[in-house]
Amino acid sequence: MMKLRIKFSKHGPMVFIGHLDMMRYFQKAMRRAEVDISYSSGFSPHQIMSFAAPLGVGIASNGEYMDIGVDSLTSSDQIKDALNRVMVEGVTIESVKVLPENAENAMSSVAAAKYTISFREKYRPNFDLFGQINDYLDQECILVTKETKKGTKEIDLKPHIYSFTFDPDKKVVSMLVDASSSGNIKPVFVMEDYYKYCGKSAGEFDFIVTREDTYTNIGTDEMPNFVPLDYVGEDY
Amino acid sequence: MLNDEILLKIEKPACYIGGEVNSVMKDKDNVDIRFAMCFPDVYEIGMSHLGIQIIYDMLNRFEDTWCERVYAPWTDLDAVMRENEIPLFALESQEPIKDFDFLGITLQYEMCYTNILQILELSRIPVWSKDRTDADPIVIGGGPCSYNPEPIADFFDLFYIGEGETMYRRLLDLYKEMKKSGHSRDEFLHEAGKLPGIYCPSLYEVTYKEDGTIATFTPKFEDVPATIDKEMVTELSDTYYPLKPVVPFIKVTQDRVVLEIMRGCIRGCRFCQAGQLYRPLRERDVNVLKNYAFEMLKNTGHEEISLSSLSSSDYSQLPELIDYLIEECNRKKINISLPSLRIDAFSLDVMSKVQDVKKSSLTFAPEAGSQRLRDVINKGLTEEVILNGAREAFEGGWNKVKLYFMLGLPTETRDDMEGIAKLSNEIAKVYYETVPKEKRQGRVQIVTSTSFFVPKPFTPFQWAQMSTKEEFLDKAYIVKEAIKSQLNQKSIKYNWHEADVTVLEGVFARGDRKISEVIYHAYKKGCLFDSWSEYFNNELWLQSFEECGVSIDFYTTRKRSEDEIFPWDFISCGVSKEFLLREWKKALDETISPNCRQACQGCGASGYGVGVCTEEKTGVSL
Ligand code: SF4
Repeated sequence: MMKLRIKFSKHGPMVFIGHLDMMRYFQKAMRRAEVDISYSSGFSPHQIMSFAAPLGVGIASNGEYMDIGVDSLTSSDQIKDALNRVMVEGVTIESVKVLPENAENAMSSVAAAKYTISFREKYRPNFDLFGQINDYLDQECILVTKETKKGTKEIDLKPHIYSFTFDPDKKVVSMLVDASSSGNIKPVFVMEDYYKYCGKSAGEFDFIVTREDTYTNIGTDEMPNFVPLDYVGEDY
Repeated sequence: MLNDEILLKIEKPACYIGGEVNSVMKDKDNVDIRFAMCFPDVYEIGMSHLGIQIIYDMLNRFEDTWCERVYAPWTDLDAVMRENEIPLFALESQEPIKDFDFLGITLQYEMCYTNILQILELSRIPVWSKDRTDADPIVIGGGPCSYNPEPIADFFDLFYIGEGETMYRRLLDLYKEMKKSGHSRDEFLHEAGKLPGIYCPSLYEVTYKEDGTIATFTPKFEDVPATIDKEMVTELSDTYYPLKPVVPFIKVTQDRVVLEIMRGCIRGCRFCQAGQLYRPLRERDVNVLKNYAFEMLKNTGHEEISLSSLSSSDYSQLPELIDYLIEECNRKKINISLPSLRIDAFSLDVMSKVQDVKKSSLTFAPEAGSQRLRDVINKGLTEEVILNGAREAFEGGWNKVKLYFMLGLPTETRDDMEGIAKLSNEIAKVYYETVPKEKRQGRVQIVTSTSFFVPKPFTPFQWAQMSTKEEFLDKAYIVKEAIKSQLNQKSIKYNWHEADVTVLEGVFARGDRKISEVIYHAYKKGCLFDSWSEYFNNELWLQSFEECGVSIDFYTTRKRSEDEIFPWDFISCGVSKEFLLREWKKALDETISPNCRQACQGCGASGYGVGVCTEEKTGVSL
């Protein structure tokens, strides 16, 4: 079995298709594209397929990843083209890479994700959004209360925000945050907290969020070096 | 398209965005006819229906037509649409239904009738046919319930009676031609009403006797036929079939490739409407089916394939087809599901190959608890056959059994009801006799379910009196108590169906034009999604009947005379009323009729000159 890492984008109405349904969608797409995908053994075999980081409903993405196992393959381009031929509008396969034998799986390699956030027409911020970003980030710690299954808990956002900037010309916020399974940060959560810091409150539908890419860390914890998840694979 | 905010607020946005694999996009400026095909229930149910996929595929093969889909918006979106004045739209183009040429509504079960009004109202099409103008789409109904369209006749401009593959092309051609030459809506409807299989309710007049039954049912014009013959496909291997069915994003009820292997049924169970409507039995060629299966699996990527028919065991090429499927599907890791197989050595062998015996359950539908009553309903399944089948299955490792029965069948007595409990107990007993203790995995699990019998048009039981709600519940109580007194009661779980909704179904099934007012009333009071028990509101329905002065009993419990003119008598489904009456009398006589392969019963369907009617008969073996 060879392991492949597939990068895809998701736009338009497809953002309303949830994570589980995307998995089902790709399982069927593999069959339509006649990818020689590997199956688990047992009475009801399932495809060897795992996703990097689930994407919330309503969020578009230019950098989603999944790993699959295949029993044979002609070339990475062949699989990419075959899959693109059976995609629906809004989903595009961006790259297919072969992973080295010892590669960590997509889910556990995720370290960070980059998001851009723009504003829905009628919810443009009515204050200087840029003004206080540096002050916000310069705080000793950014304490927030997070709802968990067991109740609420206080966490410090600061070590999980790697960058947070605003482009006043394009009117978009850009943010690189922790997306690892232990410290996953939702971009809207940071926005809401920043609004609060500015003495404002954000509504449920203010933001249009796009995940730009998903990253793994090939540096150290102290000196991180974030690279896109498909950086670790190669063309075949 | 609905805006993001709305889509994020509602429960299942994926039901309203379209764009699924194999959905068809066309340039609206390059087509002459825009057809909205509607299943008046939620997306997950509507998308699971083969008939819609067949018509969708066929209409989209026509170059001049673009067929799109529309389903009933769930109550959350329904409220948003009304509040924000958003008109109902089709999934593909996301454009208002009101702008279409046709709105086709499939009628699969009676309890969707209020949803028809929802669809019309949200589309801003007048709900009453008589109020529509040239600016409105032609509203056409089809599907099994259109064999008695009268309770909803006033909401529809046309009904298509019979199988959809045959007459749409002519109907669309007529429409195109008359639209081009500037004819009015009424003129078109009149001409359409002359086409075979097309019924235009406004062209007929009904008069009633003092007792409320029909006195006359006649066309208002001389050039309109008095009888509508059903449309039927004569060669099933040479017609439309959706080789690229639409694949939903979300999990729907029927999330698999469906292979329709034949239409019709040879069995002639006397309660069964489908068994009469689709006569005669016609099979699809096995090689055609193999090819369809291959293509459809490739085009959808589904992980499961299912055979569809009324009684798959009667398909003459079944072993060959199943061998092919098992080989093909094993290779591709695809599951096979085989509903409606009779339990015997062959089917058990096949089932053990395609499913996990430990997890799956065995299904029997004896329908009645005693041999006497099974003879009445002509269900040729004996206790011996059931117990033998169960024994073999238990030996093969199964330990779950599902049993289906009906309560309220004609001539039913207490013995028949208690027979349900006894038969369930006997099956459990067979398990404990067959499977030695050390091999048992706990108790055998028997699930016994009863539904309440609704007499349907075009069946020998169309003359039968239906039980009242109270009688139904008493019957269920008798069964429940009888099960409790069985030796193996701990192995038997008993479920029964709701009685209120059954009574209503009974009214609609044999209803006439007086019912439409009641449906409208109930809808206005808030009745919607009546087939969903959490939404069904019997109180509102009872009020509506009361306010409209319509008696429920007239349609359900009333004794009908042999010569009564039924609301659906103007339709011919190929089976004669004489034959049905003969069968009704035989039923009361507790006499069975052989099936179509053994001996022809002269039902009338041989007139089509196809299918099982042309086969050599085997005779009845005793
Ligand atoms: S005509 Fe005879 S063989 Fe044909 S469907 Fe009727 S009963 Fe069956």
